Amino acid sequence: MAQAAAPEAPARRLKLVCPAGTPPALKIAVDQGADDVYLGFKDETNARNFAGLNFDERSLREGIDYAHRKGAQVLLALNTFPQPATWRKWQSAVDRAAALGVDAIIVADTGLLAYASRTHPALRLHLSVQGSATSHEAINFHHERFGIRRAVLPRVLSVEQAEKVVSRTPVEIEVFGFGSLSIMVEGRCALSSYATGESPNTHGGCSPARAVRWQETPRGLESRLGGVLIDRFAAADHPGYPTLCRGRFVVNGDTYYPFEEPTSLNTLELLPRLQAMGVAAIKIEGRQRSPVYVQTVTRVWREAIDACARERERFRVRPAWQEALAGISEGRQCTLGAYHRPWK
Amino acid sequence: MTAPMKLALGPLLYFWPRESVLDFYAEAAAWPVDTVYLGETVCPRRRELRLEDWLAIGESLAARGKEVVLSTYELIESDADLRTMHAVADNGAFRVEANDMAAVRALAGRMPFVAGPFLNVYNAATLAVLADLGASRWVTPVELSREGVAAVAAEAPAGIETEVFAWGRLPLAVSARCFTARYYDLTKDHCELRCIGHPEGLAVDTQDGKPFLVLNGVQTQSASPQSLAGDLGGARAAGVTHLRLSPQPHGTGEVAAVFRAAADGALSPGEASARLAKLHAVPACDGYWRGTAGIAPAQAGHA
Repeated sequence: MAQAAAPEAPARRLKLVCPAGTPPALKIAVDQGADDVYLGFKDETNARNFAGLNFDERSLREGIDYAHRKGAQVLLALNTFPQPATWRKWQSAVDRAAALGVDAIIVADTGLLAYASRTHPALRLHLSVQGSATSHEAINFHHERFGIRRAVLPRVLSVEQAEKVVSRTPVEIEVFGFGSLSIMVEGRCALSSYATGESPNTHGGCSPARAVRWQETPRGLESRLGGVLIDRFAAADHPGYPTLCRGRFVVNGDTYYPFEEPTSLNTLELLPRLQAMGVAAIKIEGRQRSPVYVQTVTRVWREAIDACARERERFRVRPAWQEALAGISEGRQCTLGAYHRPWK
Repeated sequence: MTAPMKLALGPLLYFWPRESVLDFYAEAAAWPVDTVYLGETVCPRRRELRLEDWLAIGESLAARGKEVVLSTYELIESDADLRTMHAVADNGAFRVEANDMAAVRALAGRMPFVAGPFLNVYNAATLAVLADLGASRWVTPVELSREGVAAVAAEAPAGIETEVFAWGRLPLAVSARCFTARYYDLTKDHCELRCIGHPEGLAVDTQDGKPFLVLNGVQTQSASPQSLAGDLGGARAAGVTHLRLSPQPHGTGEVAAVFRAAADGALSPGEASARLAKLHAVPACDGYWRGTAGIAPAQAGHA
């Protein structure tokens, strides 16, 4: 556990929770000052079940050891929904997590939360964003029934709504600070499985790579997902990965992005507000991203959170931070997402 | 022999003018459905009917022998949303379908409730938790296959009813953003309630002209109706007790008649599917039920 308790740290300093898709990313995140790193096993028990990502037992043991020596905590994501045929695999993943000594597991499935709280009462439980708890009452339900200690807020609430949630629950609240933006309520989106048979809820991934096809046609480069045409690009375009909700479709003859344009979430400028309202932790999305991404984003957010703790309302976002983050954003365009709602 | 499968009219997912809603349920009283789910589940800005109106509809349907259930929002964001959810939970007259865990908390231990399709009941352990809190029926998540439904139902506590989405456009996703407002370049708070002009939502086609999705405010649906009419025997064998039919502006009564006849064995799966096909411009799908991509075309009469 974190022996290096920081006595001078302000009581409310935000924790920085960083993605560790691979062992190198874990080391980089810890070295750059992450308070928590989150990761998953190499299978569909977590929502970033991608080839080449995640940890087996040995690398997880080494990762935990490395993080703990440097005072960081390791959170294991078990945030997909086990189905009858695979229930035992998830159950065993909870048991392995407890045996390996992770600091918390991040869980979405109600049955799995019940199992973990009953079987491993000492294991700290975080409610995953996939648990779709969008109100303090939903969060308190999980607290009362399963003793969750932290909840990750879905990326759909405004700052005002998030503030109300924080003030009405004993559960620590973690919010997304940076990364890819989910337009649908997490845990409530089956678009991917509609086209491909696999979704974040069931298989730990949205718009799976095996279902993607690229094809040059006289009308341009076409991207398909499960056979469904997601987008068509002219030579001057930057073709993006065919995530279903970022596709261009046709409504009444208009071809446009009916759901969203490719953008990234970046809430640096909200830091003083998030800190003042009592948010416990800021989550950085991107276990599927490169070590360079993890390095940049962890370094910038560490500096920013520390500056915010010192400067409070005098805190200003440094242009160099925004520049560094812009260089690693998807779509190269950052927004405040639901926190500030230009579309409201 | 087990009892015949019951038909349930799911909650109205679209935004219709008040008179249209009243007419729809006046007609529904004569349809062969056993259960009717009422109330606004999609968007709190849709207020053509108030809770009192839904209760009045419920009373007239109950008087005609229907089981009436009031459904809660599938997404709760604001204090006002929470207040509405509590008013539904405390309605005092009818059973409630809980569509998020705040609603489950409001109902737990107080009265039997229906665990709605948005609670993500993918396994028996989750159903056991909800049953323990008072769930008397669960509505399966759309992604769960026949095999998955059967496995959960097999382990369900005695007496728990199982309802599947048997007909209609699948509610696939919900967002804090309104995609109908986005289509009109309006903000959500000034949406002018434009979705009332789209009683079946806004069709989303792919760039090669294939019907794909439907925008229904903050909800996204499949363009294809899911139909389990081809496998009602399989549904029954899986432990399904209730077949949910999702309201559309036209032909819902005929859908109910076809499903009643098919569930009673008076129509073959092939005949039932053929009659349903005439009611919808886009061919039906049933991939989820067969454990594959939801969009996969329905196999009429598969065993």
